[in-house]
Amino acid sequence: MTSTSGNRETQSMLLNIGPSHPAMHGVIRLITELEGETVVKVEAEIGYLHRAFEKSCEESSWTQSIPYTDRLNYVSPLINNFGYCGAVEKLLGIELTERCKYIRVIMSEVSRITDHLTCIAASAMELGAMTAFLYLMKAREYLYDIVEEVTGARLTIAYGRIGGVKGDLPAGMEARLEEALRKTEKEIEEVNLLLTRNRIWVDRTRDVGILTKDNAISYAITGPLARSAGINYDVRKAFPYLVYDRVDFDVPLGEQGDNYDRYMVRMEEMRQSIRIIRQCMKDIPDGSVNTDWARDAIKSYDLVDQAKMGETAGLVNVISTVEPTLEGSERPYHQRIMSKDKRVVLPNKGDTYGNIEGLMNHFKIVMDAHGIRPPKGDTYFAVEGANGELGFYVVSDGKDRPYRVRCRPPCFFGMAGLHTMLEGYMVADIVATFGSINMIAGELDR
Amino acid sequence: MEELPSEGPGFFTSKLEHMVGWARRYSIFVYPFVTACCGMEYMSAASGHYDMDRFGAGLPRFSPRQADVLLVVGTISQKIAPILRRIYDQMCEPKWVVAFGVCTCTGGFYDNYATVQGIDTILPVDIYIPGCPPRPEAVLDGLVKLQTKIENQRQVLLRKP
Repeated sequence: MTSTSGNRETQSMLLNIGPSHPAMHGVIRLITELEGETVVKVEAEIGYLHRAFEKSCEESSWTQSIPYTDRLNYVSPLINNFGYCGAVEKLLGIELTERCKYIRVIMSEVSRITDHLTCIAASAMELGAMTAFLYLMKAREYLYDIVEEVTGARLTIAYGRIGGVKGDLPAGMEARLEEALRKTEKEIEEVNLLLTRNRIWVDRTRDVGILTKDNAISYAITGPLARSAGINYDVRKAFPYLVYDRVDFDVPLGEQGDNYDRYMVRMEEMRQSIRIIRQCMKDIPDGSVNTDWARDAIKSYDLVDQAKMGETAGLVNVISTVEPTLEGSERPYHQRIMSKDKRVVLPNKGDTYGNIEGLMNHFKIVMDAHGIRPPKGDTYFAVEGANGELGFYVVSDGKDRPYRVRCRPPCFFGMAGLHTMLEGYMVADIVATFGSINMIAGELDR
Repeated sequence: MEELPSEGPGFFTSKLEHMVGWARRYSIFVYPFVTACCGMEYMSAASGHYDMDRFGAGLPRFSPRQADVLLVVGTISQKIAPILRRIYDQMCEPKWVVAFGVCTCTGGFYDNYATVQGIDTILPVDIYIPGCPPRPEAVLDGLVKLQTKIENQRQVLLRKP
């Protein structure tokens, strides 16, 4: 492409941005065509983090696929876990326990906040706002502490189980979660003061990278990107799952879909998530953990349960009663958070050792080549991930391994529509816009 | 890559080497080659709570020409492997490589067609930090081990042009 301005002939230039570029995060290659400083055309090359997620799932059992889903969107792994488990549960027709639903909602929202914190932090850092980055990372650590306490890991947690979750919320969680939320809120407000009316930030993001409503719809973009363009679509409201229909929250909408709107939508969503968590902590059924292990002697199975959930603080000083019978195998924790469905949940040890049905049930779930076997068929289940509609399409041929696990990664569609947000703007705006769409290579390339 | 002939480890040479090692140890400029999940833990390790800056490795340089340590963070797929090798080649001597996370150490649980089974198949690696992802404490431990290695190794000061 050539054009003449005055007496000079200019030629468009091809510029490669990525896959490892100083000013950008993530492994992606943007092939840009420039006319001076203006971007004429952008083409994105993806696939640098292809890790064969779908193939790996086909080679492992239904339960073994859960850790692979952690690493799709590694900024909010809990939502991925629950999305996949939800799909398999839908295929099996399992109803979760009430407490488990609440736990899933609480942990999903904690995850959503960490994701938005990371997105805003990274995009602010790329525009030079290092201070905001440090404050937001600080807030994220408070939430990671909570995640670690509940799940046992900071990042790749594998907390979801088909039919439930790995473990109950630890004792005294309510107070510590509230403390973490309070601190996080404070940091978010701090960043709000730093960025929202900051002249440089506003100049770099206002009217830059506009995603029109039509484009958002035609590229199937969902999540904060679409909502910032004014599309009122949130899976939590449109197709309520778990207990989202019982909690009260607002879906923030933007007006024109520029970078600034996306930033504002994410900020507001974090506040709404905090609101959801507070409501859930209030409403969660059977909230108190029923052992007072500071004073009384506790049952040995409670001791084991607590140790499994990582509540080891002070456990050496606890007196426990040892029972030679199988009375201890009722596992009160387990029953609150796991569905009662025998196809997916292990029977209690009393049944396993006490009667043949229980033993067979245990065997059918644990042994290789038996395992969890959803009926033949396929289903699609979507949750609202941090980037938008995160869907899992699972196909079962009645065996112990998934026939196919297809993931609908929300940021893939954002990447497909990326060129409409970049073309016509300046080279420097690529960094700002790219940061605001929150591309996560793990779920983009799978 | 041949060193200048020396008179053997005399008093001043060994003292100078010691000094250079000490200086190099605390002035690490890191190039984080972040591809995947481990990047989140790298961000945690680098910012306030864990503060890699305490160990003199606080300033990441996003250009291979300015960096001493290549921190390979996250899964290396077959598609990105040549780019990683090219970045390593662009770095100036002396340089070190840290394999951050189990995917870079051995391929981790991605034992499939797409993933490089350990970056030591394409690069020389100095320190391995296992974990999926490693905790920030593990990262700092690996960093300190790397510093010890840098300090105690034979320091190459001059090269024939």
